[in-house]
Amino acid sequence: MFQNLSDRLKQVFDKLSGRGRLSEADVDAAMREIRMALLEADVNFRVVKEFVARVRERCLGAEVTASLTPGQTVVKIVLDELTDLMGGTESRLVLSGRIPAVIMVVGLQGSGKTTATAKLANLLRKQGRSPLMVAADVYRPAAIDQLEALGRELDVPVYRGAEGEDPVRIAKAGVKEAVARMRDTVIVDTAGRLHVDEQMMEEAALIKAAVKPDQVLLVVDSMTGQDAVNVASAFAERVDFDGVVLTKLDGDSRGGAALSVKAVTGKPVKFASLGEKTDSLEPFHPDRMARRILGMGDVVSLIEKAQEVADETELKEAGERLRKAEFTLDDFLIQLRQVRKMGSLSDVLAMLPGAKGLKAIRESDIDERALDRTTAIITSMTAKERAKPQVINGSRRERIARGSGATVQEVNQLLAQFAQAKKLLKQFQGGKGKRPRGMGFPGLGGPF
Amino acid sequence: MNGSWLQRLTEGLGRTREQLSGQLNVLMRRGPDLDEEFWSELEDALIGADMGVTAVTEIVERLRDSAARRALPDAEAVIDHLAEEIAAELTLDAEDFLETSPVTVLLVGVNGTGKTTTLGKIAKQASDAGRRVLLGSADTFRAAADEQLAIWSERAGVPVVRGERGTDPAAVAFDTLARARETGADLVLIDTAGRLHTKTDLMEELAKVRRVVERESEAPVRVLMVLDATTGQNGLVQAKRFDETLGLDGIALTKLDGTAKGGIALAVVRELGVPVLRIGVGEGVDDLRPFVAAEFARALVGR
Repeated sequence: MFQNLSDRLKQVFDKLSGRGRLSEADVDAAMREIRMALLEADVNFRVVKEFVARVRERCLGAEVTASLTPGQTVVKIVLDELTDLMGGTESRLVLSGRIPAVIMVVGLQGSGKTTATAKLANLLRKQGRSPLMVAADVYRPAAIDQLEALGRELDVPVYRGAEGEDPVRIAKAGVKEAVARMRDTVIVDTAGRLHVDEQMMEEAALIKAAVKPDQVLLVVDSMTGQDAVNVASAFAERVDFDGVVLTKLDGDSRGGAALSVKAVTGKPVKFASLGEKTDSLEPFHPDRMARRILGMGDVVSLIEKAQEVADETELKEAGERLRKAEFTLDDFLIQLRQVRKMGSLSDVLAMLPGAKGLKAIRESDIDERALDRTTAIITSMTAKERAKPQVINGSRRERIARGSGATVQEVNQLLAQFAQAKKLLKQFQGGKGKRPRGMGFPGLGGPF
Repeated sequence: MNGSWLQRLTEGLGRTREQLSGQLNVLMRRGPDLDEEFWSELEDALIGADMGVTAVTEIVERLRDSAARRALPDAEAVIDHLAEEIAAELTLDAEDFLETSPVTVLLVGVNGTGKTTTLGKIAKQASDAGRRVLLGSADTFRAAADEQLAIWSERAGVPVVRGERGTDPAAVAFDTLARARETGADLVLIDTAGRLHTKTDLMEELAKVRRVVERESEAPVRVLMVLDATTGQNGLVQAKRFDETLGLDGIALTKLDGTAKGGIALAVVRELGVPVLRIGVGEGVDDLRPFVAAEFARALVGR
């Protein structure tokens, strides 16, 4: 959707090629692009101002002006500064030796607080702790039911107070319950409001005073815009938190809120939440986030995403047959579906650095529908046809075309391409020829 | 109700709001001169309202131009003019389908925007106005989502069709519409699970729900997207994807009672031509209100 910073800077510096040193005006042109990129990522405009001023200073130094590749040098400086600003290396959750250790989760309604609480419990349990969750969000209809349902799923006990009980008392009783049930960690899910309000802050401060948590975590939705700083500074002032859980990072927001919150409150982001499942909470990586904010692709996340969606046994079997050159249309279908599971093709490609510069992607002429059509054609074949495409005669072709809503030509095309790919594969197996570069199936384009 | 939500926007916002959001008022206080600093601060204020840097650059440029051409005398005149322009952009010639009868409405959006709550409030208001409302809980994913809707159905005194957690949401939609035909409901509200627009399979699931609803509903079908006012630039991407998948007929902009100004709604209206129909300015049932472009525009520019 938005241009990434490297591409922007490339445009600026391309105009300069052939000239020697960068002038101050050139650096300013670059700074304007950096400002745009950060604002499009929802970094707060005040934070952007300060940040750009600092980067400008560094860029006027010899490092950039003497560089043969000023664009890359500027990008490197921006990335470094961003990473530094977000806390350098990962910041871990520190719990004291106290038993039970208490973690308190605060945040606005809809930020993903209750889900984050459950994810945290799951993570801690995997680390060998035995958590208990306390449902102190007494205002939102069904919030307690939601936490209980998640607790059942995870097999983590949930303490809920009596109907109408005061949240501070519930929190305190929850800690006692943990002692009684020999749980070593308590996670308190507090009530959110639609926005920062006095009553919520008051209550959170009271709960904090009552249970004296080891860690207070603020949950922030990564899609939040300029308002993130208001929320974060209000919580920092009234409740004082230790770290942030950034949620909904499995979407495609740039997540500039992470930077704003750190810059304004000084509190690090500790966890990133990347999915709807309860095991999708991960330590936060500032360097990856910096690239994401600048729209520079996130290769590591792409690989992780591929691993996450890939059905390993399916792929293993397909890979096995691939090695034996017994690759069937069924295997091809499996691969198509794996690709589809990762999101739209343009999304996947956008995660690759530099991919946005490719003409094909810019003009988004990747035919997503061709993938669907190919899938439809293959699923309209019988099992026998998929295993042995050579049995597909004229009348079968017609039937397949009718069944998939494609034309006979399209069916023919697919079969021809498949035969071609298999041939290439055989050559590859036999050590002849080069490794096939992409399978040449419609919609898949070249290798990526 | 006249002016009261505007009041609400200014009331109870407390200290935090004053810090950041009264910027245009600060602008005014620094004097009426239209110098460079004024324009730069105006730009900041609008970006701070989540209107997006591209739109803001364009709007401010146009405004500078017309300030010169029309010889707008001072900052006050510029900001008034700005509010008018924004109101004009937000005003679309579109029906408020929530007021039409009969109608079947599908509520969609990403996680945590307040879909279920918005649906509950629409139901309560319509039922109080004497309409025959039926709710369908096609959010079979989120833990306890249908309990939340059941609470609203009690509050509004309207029936709800529920599905087991994990069942096919399209099946719940089917059952809901079967029930609607039996009971002659004239407003059917179907809640769906929040989903990120990037999840292809979940978006496809939603498209299927829509197809089923389209097939089974006797009343016209409309899709209402619930958009959180605190959302940044990703809001436009969200709206685009939902529009591509389902075709959007309206937006409900929620959580406007906080410090967020909901400037992203302007981007959505500009780009997609989908009207904002309701705004959420508080937790009470009556705090879900019809959208009035001129009032919203004034709040957006801080007047």
